[in-house]
Amino acid sequence: MSAIQVTNESLEKIMSDPETIVTGKPLAAVATSERSEPGESWLVRAGQIIGIAVKWMIPPVLGLALFIGIWALVSQSSPQLPGPAKTWESAQILFSDPFYNKGPNDMGIGWNILASLQRVGIGFGMAALVGIPLGFMIGRFQFLSAMLAPIISLLRPVSPLAWLPIGLLVFKAADPAAIWVIFISAIWPMIINTAVGVSRIPPDYMNVAKVLNLSEWKIFTKILFPAVLPYMMTGIRLSIGVAWLVIVAAEMLTGGVGLGFWVWDEWNNLNVEHIIIAIFVVGIVGLLLEQALVLLAKRFSYE
Amino acid sequence: MEKYVQIENVRQVFNTKKGPFVALRDINLNINQGEFIALIGHSGCGKSTLLNLVAGLTLPSDGAMLCAGREIAGPGPERGVVFQNHSLLPWLTCFENVYLAVERVFGQAESKTSLKKRTHEALALVGLTHAEHKHPHEISGGMKQRVGIARALSMQPKVLLLDEPFGALDALTRAHLQDELMKIAAETHSTVVMVTHDVDEAVLLSDRIVMMTNGPAATIGEILHVDLPRPRDRLALANDAKYHEYRGAVLDFLYRRQLRPAA
Repeated sequence: MSAIQVTNESLEKIMSDPETIVTGKPLAAVATSERSEPGESWLVRAGQIIGIAVKWMIPPVLGLALFIGIWALVSQSSPQLPGPAKTWESAQILFSDPFYNKGPNDMGIGWNILASLQRVGIGFGMAALVGIPLGFMIGRFQFLSAMLAPIISLLRPVSPLAWLPIGLLVFKAADPAAIWVIFISAIWPMIINTAVGVSRIPPDYMNVAKVLNLSEWKIFTKILFPAVLPYMMTGIRLSIGVAWLVIVAAEMLTGGVGLGFWVWDEWNNLNVEHIIIAIFVVGIVGLLLEQALVLLAKRFSYE
Repeated sequence: MEKYVQIENVRQVFNTKKGPFVALRDINLNINQGEFIALIGHSGCGKSTLLNLVAGLTLPSDGAMLCAGREIAGPGPERGVVFQNHSLLPWLTCFENVYLAVERVFGQAESKTSLKKRTHEALALVGLTHAEHKHPHEISGGMKQRVGIARALSMQPKVLLLDEPFGALDALTRAHLQDELMKIAAETHSTVVMVTHDVDEAVLLSDRIVMMTNGPAATIGEILHVDLPRPRDRLALANDAKYHEYRGAVLDFLYRRQLRPAA
């Protein structure tokens, strides 16, 4: 009770004191002048940006740190598994000369990445050339759709590597067989997404086509293709993902130059650091491919 | 006045999962050249179905449909259609949307310059020269509908078919576009068939109002001749006794004789 009374009294004193009002004014003025000073505000804004960036960066950095921490712990208890530090050292040596060439069984990591990318590129490219037009036709013609639906449902769930022996048998060479595996595993998402896109075209657009009496070519270029493009891009993205997923396994079996073969080769050499590096390389390249296609897809979306 | 569109004993049956559904029966209608016809009726009465038949988007189950003495076997450039929801292609600009139609109708006979001129003219007719290079999502609903009208007009159709063209627009924009449509129809001497559910719109615009009975198995209940001098002015007509008489007749048909029990 007494404390409250004291504060009430002191408050009254302060309120009635003319000095309070006098000193209050310059204080406010100081505060506003501080705010309007350009150097200060720039600092504040920079601070805010850094704050947002830190907030945005913390979770992924924390996640990666946790991952490396667990990896380090596991590697300490199991002596065969190299730890993060040892792998990093090894990676630095490896990437210092990525394009050396000491014969077909000993090439730099750069050559191996390029060889894998080339196979994926060819296999995926051929799958796109066949799969996208086929998807359009399946979406456009009910008869074709009914005809091919059972084949697609039957073959789609088959593991990509099951196609490898057929490829080896038909092409009698490892490289075309690996490309064949990429082709057959990358084709399904493109066929299916394109066909779904065609079947989901708003009926209004097709009525426009009918009323304007557009030729089949005009219908394709002015209505079907633009309307299906977003669906097609989804198919392409899924296909690239599958193709990149499959290439390592296919190359392990077929040999030659390439990331998959390189992993197998380093396993035979018992160079586990390199296997771990290969895992990271496969992951990073896959991530880059995906991001590139996401950017491409954004360019092709309407409204 | 010459019969331009002839509809004789047309019947339209749709096959549904529950069995055949008779949408239209015994439709008999002759449309003269230069005439403005409104099709009015409660929703579900088959007025859009009838318009689609004239457009050639669907074919009748029974009966005969002629346009300029020839059987309607499918859509044709002599019948321009304006859709309810504009139906512009979102990836093309207004100009390109109209050009697509122009190119199809006149592309074989005329040069590119002439096709472009026709497109500019069609867009100018609906007052959209300034929005030619905009995409549909960048313009208002009323402007989109105008591009739809420009697209249909650019084909220089003998018959303009409009399916509730102003239904989705606000009252002011609708009134403005109705006036423009009246002007354009007068300038181009077009034959117009318009589906509507707006009584004022029907009386203001048309020479004859075709009133449809309720579905299923809808047919033409009554045809009202609107004998008002043209050009018509909505403000002058607001106090016109004849206008109110026509309006009353349509309302009477729709809300007394054809009132739906539950709608």
